[in-house]
Amino acid sequence: MVRITRAIEFSASLRYARPELSPEENLRLFGRFARPHGHNYRLEVTLRGKPDPVTGMLVDLKDVKAVLEREVEARFDHRDLVADTPYFEKEPATPENFARLLFRLLAAAFPAGMLDAVRLYADGDTFVDVGAGDAA
Amino acid sequence: MTLAITRRYRFPAAHVLRHPGLSDAENERIYGKCANPHGHGHDYGLELRVEGPVDPRTGWIVPPDVLDELVRERVLGRLGHRLLNEDPLFRDRVPTAENIAIVVHEALADAVARSTGARLARVRVVETPRNHFDYDGDAEEAR
Repeated sequence: MVRITRAIEFSASLRYARPELSPEENLRLFGRFARPHGHNYRLEVTLRGKPDPVTGMLVDLKDVKAVLEREVEARFDHRDLVADTPYFEKEPATPENFARLLFRLLAAAFPAGMLDAVRLYADGDTFVDVGAGDAA
Repeated sequence: MTLAITRRYRFPAAHVLRHPGLSDAENERIYGKCANPHGHGHDYGLELRVEGPVDPRTGWIVPPDVLDELVRERVLGRLGHRLLNEDPLFRDRVPTAENIAIVVHEALADAVARSTGARLARVRVVETPRNHFDYDGDAEEAR
């Protein structure tokens, strides 16, 4: 088995809020993260499998790029994660929640079992790793 | 599915790699230029990998401010802008990057678990852009 990793960068704004809480309660729970802010995200996507015996490639990187543009860039780049996407109305767009969402979206977009892991950098000093685990 | 968050920190510190029980000649043979008795220093990078369930209310494995405060209090404020050899944490061990990783893990693992319920899964010490050192704790070996 081999692994390959392809990265994509995008920028988005967000603020953490739980809809059942008042603005004051959200500020108390999330602190400065309850205020509007933004990040330059970097997503590293790792795929795994056996290279094609003829081409020697696990996957055509052009296809990977197209999937990442469709699933990630088109949805999230220069968007507000709360106002412009349906994913963060009920749960805050923490790096943890966002990385798990991206893993789920990409796991469904690539052939079954191919997605090995994603690493989402919310900024240069914070990143979340989501792994498929051993179940291939 | 496995999940972990990693946060990066940095602290500048000086150290001297010399074992007090060894002769000058032995220290210089083992540690080379790192044995310079006047010391030398690095901008140490620290990467802390924390694993645990995501709190369904906050969406966090660990509240970042809680982790940052523990790290500031127990590591950055203590070791930053210091000669590591003078800290009691290094009384019985040479402040190599390996030992720094172990010391940081010992300083934080229980406090992280107590304050947040999460597990400090890895300490990475980035000594220079060309070398880094990982310590995951000895829990795996002890099992």
